[in-house]
Amino acid sequence: MDFYITAIILGLCLSAMGLGIFLSMKIFNIPDITTDGSYTLGAVVTAVMLIHHTPIYFIIPAVMLAGAASGCITAFIHTKFKIDALLAGILTMTALYSINLTILGRSNQPLIDTKNIFTSINFFSNSIYNSLLIVVVIIAIIAIVLSYILKTDFGIAMRATGNNASMVRALGVNDNKMKFFGLAIANSLTAFAGFLVAQNQFYTDINMGIGIVITGLGSVLIADALKGLFKINSLSGQLILVVVSSIIFQLVLAATLSIGVNPNLLKLITSLFVLLIVGLTKFRKAI
Amino acid sequence: MIEIKHISKTFNKGEATAVKALNDVSININANDFVVIVGSNGSGKSTLLNSIAGSFLVDEGSIVIDGNDVTKLQDYQRTKWLSRVFQNPLQGTAPALSIIDNFRLAALRTQVKNITVGTSNTFINKVKDSISSLGMGLENKVNQPVGSLSGGQRQALTLLMSVMDKSKILLLDEPTAALDPKSAEIVMNTASKLVDELNLTAILVTHNLKEAVSFGNRIIQMSEGSIIKDLDRTAKEKLGVNDIFEWF
Repeated sequence: MDFYITAIILGLCLSAMGLGIFLSMKIFNIPDITTDGSYTLGAVVTAVMLIHHTPIYFIIPAVMLAGAASGCITAFIHTKFKIDALLAGILTMTALYSINLTILGRSNQPLIDTKNIFTSINFFSNSIYNSLLIVVVIIAIIAIVLSYILKTDFGIAMRATGNNASMVRALGVNDNKMKFFGLAIANSLTAFAGFLVAQNQFYTDINMGIGIVITGLGSVLIADALKGLFKINSLSGQLILVVVSSIIFQLVLAATLSIGVNPNLLKLITSLFVLLIVGLTKFRKAI
Repeated sequence: MIEIKHISKTFNKGEATAVKALNDVSININANDFVVIVGSNGSGKSTLLNSIAGSFLVDEGSIVIDGNDVTKLQDYQRTKWLSRVFQNPLQGTAPALSIIDNFRLAALRTQVKNITVGTSNTFINKVKDSISSLGMGLENKVNQPVGSLSGGQRQALTLLMSVMDKSKILLLDEPTAALDPKSAEIVMNTASKLVDELNLTAILVTHNLKEAVSFGNRIIQMSEGSIIKDLDRTAKEKLGVNDIFEWF
């Protein structure tokens, strides 16, 4: 049982990134893969600050600002140099690897004896339920705030930017400026996922972000498939679906491991799983 | 209201495909003018309209709108004074957003988009009132995504959206070119009504000679990037479709 709850907790931690990718990919229509870098950046900043005994309430804004900054760099490359968003993301992501390594100063940092957001409460005797409760509350807050922002006037401008750029310009909105906001928020959420995962697994590793974008993309794609299946069109409904999908994703991976599949094949299985989901939705549309 | 002095625009400058789209154009458009621009394809009609809207910056000359020099301003900065309806009926609305959300954004054209929810019941009722004037039955579909509507319906909505916030100038770039006759009629009649009611200064680019005759109080003909005819209200009233046809 604990095995699957661990997977659910990891899914919830990563759903912050899923929500970020939902924002960049579905709302802004930008394929942003700064993710691999900004996720690790969040974990690295968390590790360094935890080691230096910084209180959690300082670490959270620092992590989110760092993530936002990396999103702004991608947005800057994309809008000012008119470089394809995908390439802009790759450039930032690659550069971030060195930056992350410089900040951390080593390739791996255990976080055993440091403060940890997951051990901050003690409601249940089994600590795994404490962790679950904390991450549920945190993700609920993020989803509620995000869904509120998207419904505001500013949120309407964000949604319109990814939907029809010439229309938003004709309505007095600088679409390039909106892309800065979009990628900044998306990557601050991704960095926040790094913050959660680092503490959940008690270490930060410089390579922990490699290929992580596929997990976020996968969640968004599963959410998309579920959206069509259950005819959910409301924004808050879609955000909930992304969170649920992120959990499903981790449960599928956990189930795969539990039946004895070689962990070395995990990335292959992740890719195949995402392919399967995308393939099924396309197939469903075709018939 | 709009003073255009000696503007020129060449696309693909310095390349073999260079096109001089506007050639030293000067025109003064007064407040409450409803100018109709006609001309063959490639005569520079749309380029003139787009240069006023700021879709690109002109190579030479100056554009002053309502006393403000906008020559160097981007399109989204000029929306303070002007709103536009595009030739492509899909270009003026965001398909994934509901009618209400589209109208909300349009209602803030000249204002800051804040982090507050503005789609109140008062606002929704205001939008419903505005839409019901079209007689298309769209007032009961305000929460539907605009993408589920027809091109004609979307163009009519774009037109209404263009006057949701305070407007002085309305730019209409062949707004009916892609519409069926019935939708075209609704769009043009609504446009004409709005121009009258709100005392707008309007510019209509059109290939439809019937529209050119029926609407507006001034007509301009363009050819090869220059204005070659400019007739005022009295002269325009004497024109028939055949007269304008003879110009081409």
